[in-house]
Amino acid sequence: MDGEELTEQETALYDRQIRVWGVDAQRRLSKAHILVSGMKGTVVEFCKNIVLAGVGSLTLVDDRLVTEEALSANFLIPADESVYDGKSIAELCCDSLKDFNPMVRVSVERGDLTSFGGDFYNKFDVVVVSCCSLAAKKLINEKCRKLSKRVAFYTVDCRDSCGEIFVDLQNYAYSKKKLDETVECRLQYPSFEEAIAVPWRALPRKVSKLYFAMRVIERFEQVEGRNPGETSIADLPGVLKLRKELCEAHSLNESQIPDALLERLVTATREFPPVCAVIGGILGQEVIKAISCKGEPLKNFFFFDAMDGKGIIEDITKPVHLKPSSFGERGVISL
Amino acid sequence: MASQQQLCVIEGAKVLMVGAGGIGCELLKTLALSGFTNIHIIDMDTIEVSNLNRQFLFRKSHVGQSKAKVARDAVLRFRPQISITPYHANVKDSDFNVDFFKQFNVVLNGLDNLDARRHVNRLCLAADVPLVESGTTGFLGQVTVHVKGKTECYECQPKPTPKTYPVCTITSTPSKFVHCIVWAKDLLFAKMFGDKNQDNDLNVRSGDASSSSEHAEDVFERRKDEDIEQYGRRIYDHVFGYNIEVALSNEETWKNRNRPKPIYYRDILPEEQSQQNGNVDKICATDDPSSVSAMISLGLKNAQDVWSLIENSRIFLEALKLFFAKREKEIGNLSFDKDDQLAVEFVTAAANIRAASFGIPLHSLFEAKGIAGNIVHAVATTNAIIAGLIVIEAIKVLQSDTKNYRMTYCLEHPSRKMLLMPVEPFEPNKSCYVCSETPLTLEVNTQRSKLRDFVDKIVKAKLGMNFPLVMHGAALLYEVGDDLEEDMVANYAANLEKVLSELPSPVTGGTMLTVEDLQQEFSCTINIKHREEFDEEKEPDGMLLSGWTQASPVVKNEKAPIGNGGSTSNALPAVQLDAEDDDELEVLPVGTDTVPAGKKRKLAGSSNATTSGTSSVADETRNHKTQEVLDDDDDDVVMLGDGNSDSSKKRKLL
Repeated sequence: MDGEELTEQETALYDRQIRVWGVDAQRRLSKAHILVSGMKGTVVEFCKNIVLAGVGSLTLVDDRLVTEEALSANFLIPADESVYDGKSIAELCCDSLKDFNPMVRVSVERGDLTSFGGDFYNKFDVVVVSCCSLAAKKLINEKCRKLSKRVAFYTVDCRDSCGEIFVDLQNYAYSKKKLDETVECRLQYPSFEEAIAVPWRALPRKVSKLYFAMRVIERFEQVEGRNPGETSIADLPGVLKLRKELCEAHSLNESQIPDALLERLVTATREFPPVCAVIGGILGQEVIKAISCKGEPLKNFFFFDAMDGKGIIEDITKPVHLKPSSFGERGVISL
Repeated sequence: MASQQQLCVIEGAKVLMVGAGGIGCELLKTLALSGFTNIHIIDMDTIEVSNLNRQFLFRKSHVGQSKAKVARDAVLRFRPQISITPYHANVKDSDFNVDFFKQFNVVLNGLDNLDARRHVNRLCLAADVPLVESGTTGFLGQVTVHVKGKTECYECQPKPTPKTYPVCTITSTPSKFVHCIVWAKDLLFAKMFGDKNQDNDLNVRSGDASSSSEHAEDVFERRKDEDIEQYGRRIYDHVFGYNIEVALSNEETWKNRNRPKPIYYRDILPEEQSQQNGNVDKICATDDPSSVSAMISLGLKNAQDVWSLIENSRIFLEALKLFFAKREKEIGNLSFDKDDQLAVEFVTAAANIRAASFGIPLHSLFEAKGIAGNIVHAVATTNAIIAGLIVIEAIKVLQSDTKNYRMTYCLEHPSRKMLLMPVEPFEPNKSCYVCSETPLTLEVNTQRSKLRDFVDKIVKAKLGMNFPLVMHGAALLYEVGDDLEEDMVANYAANLEKVLSELPSPVTGGTMLTVEDLQQEFSCTINIKHREEFDEEKEPDGMLLSGWTQASPVVKNEKAPIGNGGSTSNALPAVQLDAEDDDELEVLPVGTDTVPAGKKRKLAGSSNATTSGTSSVADETRNHKTQEVLDDDDDDVVMLGDGNSDSSKKRKLL
């Protein structure tokens, strides 16, 4: 890194975290620009974490107006309605976030993410989308991938007491501590579209059931033309039918996607705040890792279900046909 | 989203939170969002600048105010209809007694020290209220559930004790920077600015402990009309020059060690010999004693820089001068505080000069502060995750969903694909002196140790009692309380100074003592065993308590990488997470790998139990030899043999 030093104010404020990730990482953070879309509970948690960590800037996208549902897991929107004044959710959240850390520039962008072009995405180092349709996820991911610089792309969603994170860091190099030395490592990520296209039977047998369940729901919303999260118990028969089709197409035993799990996901579409905190925390940590290039990032899905309490990483990647000897564990190539 | 049944228990619950710091802020927010309506929160601390990077309910304008109260106000802004009752107080205050605890359905800890955790554990046991306990360090964290009779209590597995260093390592033969820090902080700083009546080993040298102590008293006293600059130089020469010469004279010590070199003022800063200008007034425009700084006076800006010996010497003298010029009133009452800039500067400089003398690498103020203040690495994300997990467990506890209680580890590196690893809680330890009635054994020289030693070193320090009462049969030997008769107080005071075997009701080998804490409603039995000799280095207390397994700190990493950001995975204890926060922590040994609670037991019987100094508990689990995977084709269940034939104690990995 260049020799730019942190100010005294920064050193005092960030003292405890500099002790965790070092001055270099803190400097990189302070130059990173983050875009988030879909200001629901999980993203709000993420925004809080990343603003506290001291990123350079954070841009929020969510043109919706406040509804009772929007308030349910969002601690950035004050209860006092008099301040709403026609403001969008993103604008209200922006006002609160600015307050958390005066050293971070927080702003709002209006409009539809899918309509923004490369010039827009080029301004960012990290893009996080939530409450997004399947098509929009693919599209935005591709837009990021087309840029000449590497933009880290994440999707995050919570339904009932379950959460999912997807990560695309493209071609990513990082350093990690191994015993006493620092080793350089490289990871190759598939895009969202590539990842979900991997045939289910090609995946390891123990892949989290949540992975399949989320794909079924996502597809269901797509074919039915629903907004993300717009499902109810009445949709269960349709969802089960779709599961059957998908499982047949993928030669997967239907029992791998239990009815009870699908039922939870279609009925309770509101977020469960403790799960938002967990998922928003993991996502925050991953983004900090990706920006600082320090520590092994997760590749490429993360699942948490409060029912069993497990927070699991799944590597959903097309099996690569390369000489196995050049690969370490989980496709890590040591440079 | 929570189910109807969950919402019902959530809304009806009365919750006590202990701690409004890093975990506390996150926890209070998540509880409020989750629908909890009646929350009480205790925290004795006030807000500091270094809290603001993660304790997101606080702003710069709140610095100095009560954490509990500000946290309440902040949460009411987005959930105004709920009831939050703040207490700006110490949880150990007598107001928070068993009756107080009994009003709650569950207690949630977000604490930063072992002492308070033990205290709350006992009150929860006495009041029969479930406890959800938590801790974080850097990216590591854990949440555990303690329900009386159902799961182990917080103290069922012994916690590592604070790392202590042999006195002579500190006073005469330091070999690591941390030794120099301990010397600068606990000896020199205490001697110069602390309570003059406190015992201080500053001038104790192996060989001739007593001969020079008279003389030493005079040296540190500033002479009448002595110029402050002169005084500073005299101290400098005494502690870094003369004392080293004296130590060197003991040839025996240096047979197998590198000889330190004495450092004198005239050799380091010769050109400043004659300079007499007191630039104190000129530079310190402010009258606020808390913002006085030698770094500012000398124009040193970057706390990450490692200063030269000359710079350290200047800082040392300047800091000393500033204490006398600007903070004279406090001298005699000061104790080291990591948030006291001038104190940190003084200690950093003194430790570095001593390090230079002994050929130990110097460190920056930032690093020195981390070591001296036992500062625990802390980030917002881990606290948020842990807070989420606490709420998930709390809801299970409120539903008495016993079979689904989990202790969960938050890991830095995945283990068996997991970053968040739930584990079935242990059953209560039948030999736990806190939640069972198993007696302890104390080996002690009953003809030499005084009752005071027993009360201070065992009852208070080891057993964590606050208001102890010591009984021998029906005879009361000692008690503490506000409502004692004067003659009783005098009687107890006299007992304290008596040797155990000479007490009115003599304590000798075979005696059974009952020790009780009335506030904690906790009592235990101690069998006394007489023993003549103790190893001064290994058993500095002159006593040995046993009966439940006492874990000892295990030092593995030779260098102390504390403060070296980014090296957390090597530097941090695996799962012993005693502290989220940065406040008065006596515990965490610097740069050591502590045996985490649970790990020892889980790995007992495994020959490679302690080979991996850096791995997390999860890695240990993965590597564990006796692990068997029971593949039921539905969910992984891993049974871990813990070397205990009692199969009910096996821990299940889910």
